[in-house]
Amino acid sequence: MEIAGRAPRIAQRPASRINSWRLGVIICASLLSLPVVTVFAYVFVPAGEVWVHLVDTVLMDYLINTALLATGVAVGVLAIGIPAAWIVTAYEFPGRRFFEWALLLPLAIPAYIMAYTYTGLLEFAGPVQGLLRQVAGWSAGDYRFPEIRSLWGAVAMLSLVLYPYVYMMARASFGGQSLSILEAGRVLGAGPVRVFFDVALPLARPALVTGLSLALMETLADYGTVQYFGITTFTTGIFRTWFGLNDSAAAAQLAALLMSFVFFLILLELYSRRRLRFFQTTGRYRQLERYQTHGWYSVLLFVLCLIPLTFGFLVPAGQLGIWAFSTAEESLDQRFLWLVGNSLLLASSASLLTLVLALFLGYGRRLHPTRGINFAVRLSAMGYAIPGTVIAVGVMLPFAWLDNQLDHWMRAAFGWSTGLLLSGTLVILLFAYAVRFLAVSLQSVESGLARVTPNMDDAARSLGLAPGGVLLKIHLPIMRGALFSALLLVFVDVLKELPATLILRPFNFNTLAVRAFELASDERLADSSVAALAIVAVGIVPVVLLSRAVTRSGVQHVKPAST
Amino acid sequence: MNERTLGIRFAVGFLVGMMAAGPLLASGEINLYSARNEALIKPLLDRFTEQTGISVNLVTGKADTLLKRLESEGDNSPADMLITTDAGRLHRAKQAGLTQAVETQVLNDAVPAPYREPEGHWYGLSLRARPIFYAKDRVSPESLSSYRALAGPEWAGKICIRSSDNIYNQSLVAAMIAHDGEEKTQEWVNGLVENFARSPKGGDRDQIKAVAAGECDIALANTYYLAGMLTGNDQNQRLAAQAVAVYWPDQEGRGTHVNVSGAAVTAFARNRENAIKLLEFLVSPESQSWYGEVNQEYPVRDGVAWSQLLNQWGRFKADQLNLSLLGENNAQAVMIMDRAGWK
Repeated sequence: MEIAGRAPRIAQRPASRINSWRLGVIICASLLSLPVVTVFAYVFVPAGEVWVHLVDTVLMDYLINTALLATGVAVGVLAIGIPAAWIVTAYEFPGRRFFEWALLLPLAIPAYIMAYTYTGLLEFAGPVQGLLRQVAGWSAGDYRFPEIRSLWGAVAMLSLVLYPYVYMMARASFGGQSLSILEAGRVLGAGPVRVFFDVALPLARPALVTGLSLALMETLADYGTVQYFGITTFTTGIFRTWFGLNDSAAAAQLAALLMSFVFFLILLELYSRRRLRFFQTTGRYRQLERYQTHGWYSVLLFVLCLIPLTFGFLVPAGQLGIWAFSTAEESLDQRFLWLVGNSLLLASSASLLTLVLALFLGYGRRLHPTRGINFAVRLSAMGYAIPGTVIAVGVMLPFAWLDNQLDHWMRAAFGWSTGLLLSGTLVILLFAYAVRFLAVSLQSVESGLARVTPNMDDAARSLGLAPGGVLLKIHLPIMRGALFSALLLVFVDVLKELPATLILRPFNFNTLAVRAFELASDERLADSSVAALAIVAVGIVPVVLLSRAVTRSGVQHVKPAST
Repeated sequence: MNERTLGIRFAVGFLVGMMAAGPLLASGEINLYSARNEALIKPLLDRFTEQTGISVNLVTGKADTLLKRLESEGDNSPADMLITTDAGRLHRAKQAGLTQAVETQVLNDAVPAPYREPEGHWYGLSLRARPIFYAKDRVSPESLSSYRALAGPEWAGKICIRSSDNIYNQSLVAAMIAHDGEEKTQEWVNGLVENFARSPKGGDRDQIKAVAAGECDIALANTYYLAGMLTGNDQNQRLAAQAVAVYWPDQEGRGTHVNVSGAAVTAFARNRENAIKLLEFLVSPESQSWYGEVNQEYPVRDGVAWSQLLNQWGRFKADQLNLSLLGENNAQAVMIMDRAGWK
């Protein structure tokens, strides 16, 4: 491992290659930025009166609540994700291999569904308070019970659903940290805790920032949870302004404000580590020997891992299961299989498409880290921080405009109507997913790329490989783990995705998420539970498969490097 | 190698799926954008197809986003009909030029004047009433009278209602503006918010549960939520629902606030004739009683049998306000609620 003072540049690029990569990246990034730019364009639409009203009444509330929510979730996901990742990486204890993948499971539960299940459990008439009253002999008013539908409740819900981002990135980083440096720490007599704080944690910083920023972007875009809990945030404000005040311009401006905020944070983060690069320079990627634990120590570690799994997955999934038990008969019909098929189709194609785009953009940025390309790529990945509905409208407007222009022109020129070619098809929907989830894929890919030292690029290039060849033959095998993470995260995200699917899908096309939402929004939680549970079940399969691949890949990329 | 074939398989699967699911624009088929959930409209559409042989293609979604989709698609939009769950959005669609006027004898006979747009730009399909729910053991119905009275000091800390993001709350305040003017409505909302037992959270069912749990004495909610709690298979909800009763406010005066779920033929409908046929079907006596049986909504049409449960709650006088006004006053209503601090 080398912590270089400056990033070494990759030398000697044939001029023609530069241009094609550059051009490709710019075109791709611009296309993907189109929705974000469309939303930003509303900044120039006058919306005077409503703004005065917002500033006078609710804007301050939106800002404060959003800031508190984001801060709380940041603390929450780090506090759960980092220790969990370190425990399963550095210690050997019974159940470790199970927890390795099981700790990712909360990812498969949509945040608003989690909010519903916890409300069902913890409300006055729910089983928890009921039991409490029975045991203690209390009745209403005798005791105070923390209200789950509050800001802190929302922080808890979102932390539980989103900590897997931090956990996953941190684990990949801990597991990939080269043996020599961690062993050096150990040889010098540092215990696991000291190695963690002095060596592993600082080295994992880029990965942690990546995981954290994903969690925060999703927090800022969350609508379902905060709306149900009655918390007025920027996101609820956007929809209130649009739906309630019927001012889509002002709503888009609020969204643009939110985006600027996120963009600023991203720039700040980039600036803070502009001089630091973290590369592996040794081929010795053998997995660090785990600390053996015994007795109470093993039990302690087991319990520590069990806590997030319990609250993040077992409890909500259990509640869903109980609900589903009573309604499964009515819900499971032929059409339900179609829902599963549609969800799978969308999730798998979108995760592959997004991965290809992310590889292209991420690698382009590595080849040509110019300011222009940096900016274009960052901009194209902004879609993750914006509420899905807003980004979906940002996708819909330019394409519908394009379709209509083409149709009008064809009609004028040839008297032949093309109708809407792309609007209302799955192509648009896949594009919207790519826009929305590119950040997820890109973060994984870039953190994977960042750990491959440029020395390897140089070596391969000097041996006559073109950039594309370097990517395919050198980088992809080394970063298998990161690629799997990217696929998995987007797959599960698309399974859960609701707003873009709802707005952009074709006629007679439904998914599990749509079914779950429709019933839940009608306050028929028990009826929605079968679909919600199916999302979880479909999400688990890739979580298990890919998590094992991530584990294995830590060992496997020894081979090409060491022979 | 493996990954390559995987990619090809995905690509083929994707193409096949697209061809299967893409918009099937066979002639005569009706394309419908609906803010009513699939579960609350599809069975009726199936029945329509059975009777007429005309297929209906469906996209469901939230009303405002469906409006945006319709608007952006312009004259090429495939949609022939739009269904929403409140009159305000129908009014908004008309204002944006997304609907067209249709008028037939059947429609006029079926839908009473307050529940349709005067020129025929939209027609109500079912009524959704928003009365007061009170705790049977703590509140005597004699202490209740009107919506306005809920702002009185005797109700301090006793009222539960959901967030003002909810369209039915916005419509209620919009109706108050139409009756009493902006200034008096602001006073009323201020007083109402003062009387909240807790900061608004959850949906309508949660408010009813809170009354049953003793967190508050009365709640405002739509009746079909109470019905859903009574007829569902969650025992806790059933018990909670049995602890509250319905009170119809303003029976001496303007009547209880109602909203409609309604339908409009779109401005650029390609299958106008079939869309009108569907519209007529949706207000036929058969369909009208269906809304009650399946979702405990009230029919717009007179003389249609009510479900047993609806009969149990009794007849009531509904507000006869022209529902277009709900749409017209909506933004003003939201501003009033913002100023009053109604979350």
